[in-house]
Amino acid sequence: MKILNCPLNGPRNISEFICFGEVTDMPNPNELSDEQWADYMWMSNNTAGVVREWWCHAATSYWFIVERNTITDEILKTYPANEIFKERVEF
Amino acid sequence: MPLGLLKYGFASKYPARRDIPAPKDLNKSYDVVIIGAGGHGLSTAYHLARYHGITNVAVLDKGYIGGGNTARNTAVVRSNYISPEAVAFYKASVELFKNLANELGYNQMYSQRGQLTLAHSDASVRTFTLRAEVNKHLGVRSEMVDRKQIREIVPCLNMGKNMRFPIQAGLWHRDGGTARHDSIAWGYAMRAAQMGVEIHQRTEVTGVNINAGKVTAIETNRGTIQCNHAIQAVAGMSSVVAKMAGIQLPIRSYPLQAMVTQPVKPFLDPLVSSAGLHAYVSQTARGEIVIGGGSDPYELYSTRSTLDLKESLIAHTLELFPFFAELKLLRQWAGITDMTPDYSPIMGESPVKNYWLDAGWGTWGFKATPISGKCMAETIAQEKTAAMIQPFHLDRFKTFKLSNEAGATAASH
Ligand SMILES: Cc1cc2nc3c(=O)[nH]c(=O)nc-3n(C[C@H](O)[C@H](O)[C@H](O)COP(=O)(O)OP(=O)(O)OC[C@H]3O[C@@H](n4cnc5c(N)ncnc54)[C@H](O)[C@@H]3O)c2cc1C
Repeated sequence: MKILNCPLNGPRNISEFICFGEVTDMPNPNELSDEQWADYMWMSNNTAGVVREWWCHAATSYWFIVERNTITDEILKTYPANEIFKERVEF
Repeated sequence: MPLGLLKYGFASKYPARRDIPAPKDLNKSYDVVIIGAGGHGLSTAYHLARYHGITNVAVLDKGYIGGGNTARNTAVVRSNYISPEAVAFYKASVELFKNLANELGYNQMYSQRGQLTLAHSDASVRTFTLRAEVNKHLGVRSEMVDRKQIREIVPCLNMGKNMRFPIQAGLWHRDGGTARHDSIAWGYAMRAAQMGVEIHQRTEVTGVNINAGKVTAIETNRGTIQCNHAIQAVAGMSSVVAKMAGIQLPIRSYPLQAMVTQPVKPFLDPLVSSAGLHAYVSQTARGEIVIGGGSDPYELYSTRSTLDLKESLIAHTLELFPFFAELKLLRQWAGITDMTPDYSPIMGESPVKNYWLDAGWGTWGFKATPISGKCMAETIAQEKTAAMIQPFHLDRFKTFKLSNEAGATAASH
């Protein structure tokens, strides 16, 4: 089993985690055209290489950031979300 | 006798059959460049040459013919989808499969033995009933069967009432079947090559040149070639290649794993699939049991298998067929699947003129190999998306006209 290092719970089996996709800015739906909103809804970078994603430890409901390589399946870095989100995001 | 056979084998009167001619240099230009020599790319090439007289075609692959998902799939061929557009499309593919060995003069080992999908919950029974009705309406043979009928169709299935998720009913799809996945790639390749199509293996596309919104040339590791049309049919690499043409797609690439057991005597005629358990099995003509299931849990371009997925897949399969515990696994593997949000493909026009898409085939594209090649060839020849594949246009994501096949695809392929 692959091990993921959770910033809160330490090294755990990767099956305890859920991947929620790339970290992106949440746009304001009121300021977007339909087309831009559709883009935000459906399009995906699907990067072959290093990605920065939201992950959640299901058992403790703890959300954090993972940097990993989608070609080699290596986890490069895991850290709490407040390292990139300095202020609360309202939406 | 063995000596006679040797003499026969080496006699110049009986040369070995070459499926495709020996490799040669790339030309400076082609009418059509097809990126990806999987089943879809080769089927498109064949249909262009055979039915539209377009033979100045190059099919490029970074690896070898049919070495992508065409080589890795579990070869379920069926048409019991849920949306009318998908049922009509896959039905047309099943029709083409029926005559494919004759058309290509290449054995496809197509065998229409029926597919049984099991429902273990009330929700599944409801959606299966809807699917059966939609299918019947469009001339596809599907019907609901109860536990007694299931026992008759597959006597060796575990019908125990104290299973964790007992079987409640099934969707019996007589038109379901299976074919030989390598044969389809090689059959189309051989016949396309005989009509003048060039197939270049170990030729990786590295860039797409665009001028005034129109594709003009394709860059490869063996040089740049001009083209009037280009089409990408690269499955798991769809997003990577589309980006070379500046196109963004609603696709995410996930590994999908499968395995086969050692061969045993024939005992399982139909294909059996379970929506609730995320597992499906069939027995090949050689006697091996093919086992497939759900996708990996996160996006990845690595085809390395994982023990945890294989373990849970085996556990689910043993619920259905406990005696499989006696069998040994022979091979196991993974392929990279190009998943779309609605589990329908993305076909036809792209934002770049004369650059055509055949993508988003995810876990379900093998069965579409004949029909997608036919429709893509028609699309390129007429420079207009063929009517049958209009519903699978990339623009459906702008207009929110999705073609949802998640329920009819997820674990049944
Ligand atoms: C385990 C598994 C089970 C499956 N089971 C089923 C099933 O039961 N039924 C079903 O209908 N479908 C199934 N599928 C899906 C099916 O296999 C695929 O949708 C289908 O084979 C796609 O065919 P293709 O020709 O588009 O792609 P592929 O066969 O993957 O061909 C794409 C080709 O493009 C080449 N390529 C990629 N990038 C480049 C580049 N830059 N330059 C040049 N060439 C490039 C690759 O080398 C490859 O050969 C399964 C898939 C998997 C992985």
